[in-house]
Amino acid sequence: MSDPAITSPSRRDFFKKALAGLIGAIVGLVPLGAGLVVFFDPLRRKSAGNGKVRVTNLEALPDDGVPRKFPVLASRIDAWNKYHEVPIGAVYLRRTTEGKVQAFNVVCPHAGCFVDFLPERGSFLCPCHNSTFAVTGRIDNPTSPAPRGLDSLETEVRDGKEVWVQFQNFQPGRPEKIPVA
Amino acid sequence: MIKPLMDWLDRRTGCRAIVHDALYENVPGGARWRYVWGSTLTFALAIQFITGIFLWMGYSPSSQTAWESVYYIQDVMKGGWLLRGLHHYTAHVMIILLALHLMQVVIDGAYKAPREINFWFGLLLLQLVLALSLTGYLLPWDQKGFWATKVATSLTAAVPGIGADLQRLIVGGSEYGHHTLTRFFALHAGLIPGAIVVLLVAHIYLFRRHGLTAKEPLKRQDCAFWPDQVLKDAVACLAVLATVLFLILRHRLFSSHGPLGAELGAPADPSEPFSAARPDWYFLFLFQFLKFFPGGTEVWGAIVIPGLVMFLIFLMPFIGRWKLGHRFNLGLLCVLLLGAGLLTLQATSQDRANPTYLAAVKDAERQAERVRILAQSAAGIPPAGAATLLRGDPLTQGPRLFAQKCASCHRYDGHDGLGVQPQGLQSASDLKGFASREWLAGLLDPKRIITSNYFGGTKLHEGKMVKFVTRDLGTNSPEQTAKIEKIVAALSAEAQLKSQLAADTRDASLIAEGRNLIQNDVKCTDCHQFHKPDEDATAPDLTGYGSRRWLIGFISDPAHVNYYGKRNDRMPRFGADQVLSTPEIELIADWLRGTWYEPGVAEAAH
Repeated sequence: MSDPAITSPSRRDFFKKALAGLIGAIVGLVPLGAGLVVFFDPLRRKSAGNGKVRVTNLEALPDDGVPRKFPVLASRIDAWNKYHEVPIGAVYLRRTTEGKVQAFNVVCPHAGCFVDFLPERGSFLCPCHNSTFAVTGRIDNPTSPAPRGLDSLETEVRDGKEVWVQFQNFQPGRPEKIPVA
Repeated sequence: MIKPLMDWLDRRTGCRAIVHDALYENVPGGARWRYVWGSTLTFALAIQFITGIFLWMGYSPSSQTAWESVYYIQDVMKGGWLLRGLHHYTAHVMIILLALHLMQVVIDGAYKAPREINFWFGLLLLQLVLALSLTGYLLPWDQKGFWATKVATSLTAAVPGIGADLQRLIVGGSEYGHHTLTRFFALHAGLIPGAIVVLLVAHIYLFRRHGLTAKEPLKRQDCAFWPDQVLKDAVACLAVLATVLFLILRHRLFSSHGPLGAELGAPADPSEPFSAARPDWYFLFLFQFLKFFPGGTEVWGAIVIPGLVMFLIFLMPFIGRWKLGHRFNLGLLCVLLLGAGLLTLQATSQDRANPTYLAAVKDAERQAERVRILAQSAAGIPPAGAATLLRGDPLTQGPRLFAQKCASCHRYDGHDGLGVQPQGLQSASDLKGFASREWLAGLLDPKRIITSNYFGGTKLHEGKMVKFVTRDLGTNSPEQTAKIEKIVAALSAEAQLKSQLAADTRDASLIAEGRNLIQNDVKCTDCHQFHKPDEDATAPDLTGYGSRRWLIGFISDPAHVNYYGKRNDRMPRFGADQVLSTPEIELIADWLRGTWYEPGVAEAAH
């Protein structure tokens, strides 16, 4: 292939190069831009929080304040599907001394594993990194990597028997309790 | 700063020489517009790769989720309509670009030695791009794509010998389903694009190796690929993009309502007949061509003749060695393109003149619109998929069931529910607005009760009710008319029709008076039961007349003692004799009562 018979770069040459580059950039950026807008859609999508959901009845909770685990059933939207009455998480419920109900999200605030309750020890234990939490949710062992205690949730006892919980998930790994949007 | 960095890179990769070779290829005879088509095709392919990958991030290939995921991208995700529109219409424009590129190559004789192999690579690329279009058409899993591809793949069964097995391999089984989608998607997103990239690299390499042999005498001075030819290529690509954007936005240019971007039909339903099934426009010529090959001879029209034609095109490099041969190639290409064009025109004009087809297209549009409304409702799309939305929708299914099962005797606003005039005589009532005040007013009108819209076509046209209304009811005095009006309101309120809720609440006192009249004044309760059990009742129970429960019971068994009993004329006992299933009866009842989902209207209690 021989070199082109071009003498010296002219202004017209520069204009052609600039125009070719500009048009090339435009036609390339349009499909890329459309793709990126769609790609970033999840950042734009905030899920509407649920109201309180009925989890169980008061008589299912032992009198002695020992926590018990219950699944939380609610509506869930997954992209194009809407599911009704499906498990969206779980809570520990326990009767407190004042005759009220305390609720904790089972998710460990460290990295997201599900926390177990060990009745023989009378405390919660996270199996992933061995954090211990007291029945009040407070961190119990000094070597725990968890940044905060178990996440408590608002509860309400309706008609003297139904236990309703404001179920929410919170961001793991942070000292503040920040809801997952 | 830049120069030392570039020096460092260049010493390790030799990138300067590569860039120089790429950009400064000599274009003998100067840059020309006729050389742009290859670049536009590469550009179109790049758009498809970019948009395809981003679509891939949202698409789910299973028969329960394919349509749903495409709907979600198109209607819910921000910018999704643009992304999908780009992908869809670039595919269409690419077909035109392929034709233009092929035309330029043949006209300029660029298939002659040493370019034969490159020509064949180009033909293979052509077929691969068409295969991309075929596989892509199925992926939204809408009615159009489903049925059109079904027809196309059933043609593979015509291949002698291996046809049936070949079809099973393509479809992933004996029936269309999950595996059809997964196989088509693997082809569309994986195998075929991979093959195209390999062939395209080879194609460009060979083209660069042979360079351009411009037609003598040279029009202009030689120039470099960059910037002169690149500029022309870029402008052509801009025109391609502008065309694609126009196609995406064309319905919104002059009105604020039209559809945006690519269309999406109703979800594929194997049990739902689809008379508007057509391949996409670029395959219409094949579709039309096949019409000339009656049963048993399809193999000629679908496989043998197209195969021979393709083979001839492959032979062009050899045929074109002689001057006459080149002319023959030009003629062949001309004939093929013209022929395909004429066949396409013939197909579209035949369709436009076909009322069944046009009605089916309208129906398809209605369904596509309706399913979107249902998908956007608070109930959303269930896990079983969006096809169930239409199957359970009274507005969609009611008219169809009515036309199939009821319209042999009944009418709906004079037709069969779907707008068609039934052939035979009307031998049962017209059910539009059944149990509404207007309808009941007609029933109690001596002039109208004897018409075929009520009892006129039945064996009860001289029965006790007709006699009562025509002789005893009397509409002479204004008091009587006022009484009848109250009775009509009271009776209609029994149905609790969604469309009358407001009126029924507003007229509560009128309705109370009407009830009183039915029970104590006018002689209805001589024959009918109304809110009080009456063992001597010989006519249909008026308690809850026209309500959902009442109507479902009636359709299920009109000969039940609660309804017409032994006086039932010819109406089948649809439920009791299992002519219709319970869901079907419910759909008809809901449709007749006007109970279906409408956006923005609060749901009424049944």
